[in-house]
Amino acid sequence: MQIDLLSLSKDLVVALENGDEANADEILDKIAGLRETQLFQEIGRLTRQLHDTMVSFSLDTTITALAEYEIPDAKERLQYVISMTEQAANQTLTVVEDLLPVSEQLSNQSNCLSAKWGRFLDKEMPLKEFKSMSQEISAHFEHSITSLELIHQGLNNILLAQGFQDITGQIIRRVIELVRNVESSLVKMISISGRKGSPPPLALEHNELPGPVVPGVDDKAHDVATNQDDVDDLLSSLGF
Amino acid sequence: MKILIVDDFSTMRRIVKNLLKDLGFTNTLEADDGKSALPILEKGGIDFLVTDWNMPGMTGLDLLKAVRANPHLANLPVLMVTAEAKREQIIMAAQAGVNGYVIKPFTAATLKEKIEKIFERIDHQDKGS
Repeated sequence: MQIDLLSLSKDLVVALENGDEANADEILDKIAGLRETQLFQEIGRLTRQLHDTMVSFSLDTTITALAEYEIPDAKERLQYVISMTEQAANQTLTVVEDLLPVSEQLSNQSNCLSAKWGRFLDKEMPLKEFKSMSQEISAHFEHSITSLELIHQGLNNILLAQGFQDITGQIIRRVIELVRNVESSLVKMISISGRKGSPPPLALEHNELPGPVVPGVDDKAHDVATNQDDVDDLLSSLGF
Repeated sequence: MKILIVDDFSTMRRIVKNLLKDLGFTNTLEADDGKSALPILEKGGIDFLVTDWNMPGMTGLDLLKAVRANPHLANLPVLMVTAEAKREQIIMAAQAGVNGYVIKPFTAATLKEKIEKIFERIDHQDKGS
């Protein structure tokens, strides 16, 4: 290219020195043509490079998978975490709301009877009052037994409600893994812009185990036990 | 009766420990992974194993398989308590020799029922043989 340009330029100078306008014009046209060709070739090269890069992006199925499945998945999983934690909080609050009055009533009864019993021990209680206090004491024992049973159950329910932390923790771990994959995809995409050729294939690390079932996300194939009865039925149907 | 509780989430171990306490099983040990649980089991003295499945070092399934493969531990009753609910998972565990399978979230009643069932079966086996 440069050699042609040089020789054309030399010819141009000769033609101009000879006053050969027709020839000079022709040579100028040729030089202009050369420049146009060069420009077109450069544009062509850049277009091809852009096209190749875009093709390599769309061919990179991991990135497509991230955008189409994994990220919407991750949003649903986090939504589920919100609803699970809300449910656990509400369960606990319900128990607390139910049991505070029970505990308060028991406490009031105990305090009241304690005062009366004190007077009895100090020999300041007439017989008639002692009889009614006896009845109150019996009633108090009955009431205590029921109330304490309720409190015991309530405490166990609060204990169980804390199980959300394990399940949501497992779900969040998976989302963190996804974020890590998106991060590395983005880093690679950024480095591509300074590089020719297709990026190296990304290895998405999938946990081997499916983990806690997020309704609407993990149960689409209907191959999931939704409650303990399902588990028991499946096992007994197979003879276990 | 010494029970080993294995789960990578300490909150879950705490819940199971308290539930077992409520059922009268006060002698419990804990491990945070199949990897750390196995040497405890191999040492001996554990009568019952309650384990999660999904754990980073050694999964509950691999722990179960290791237990069943060890002649000293082969008959150890194992209850799996896990969030893994896919049918093929449940079948894999049953085939590997798990004695009971409880999915999370679970109730105290379910845990009690499964434990009692396991002990019943063991009793019957002992009486039958």
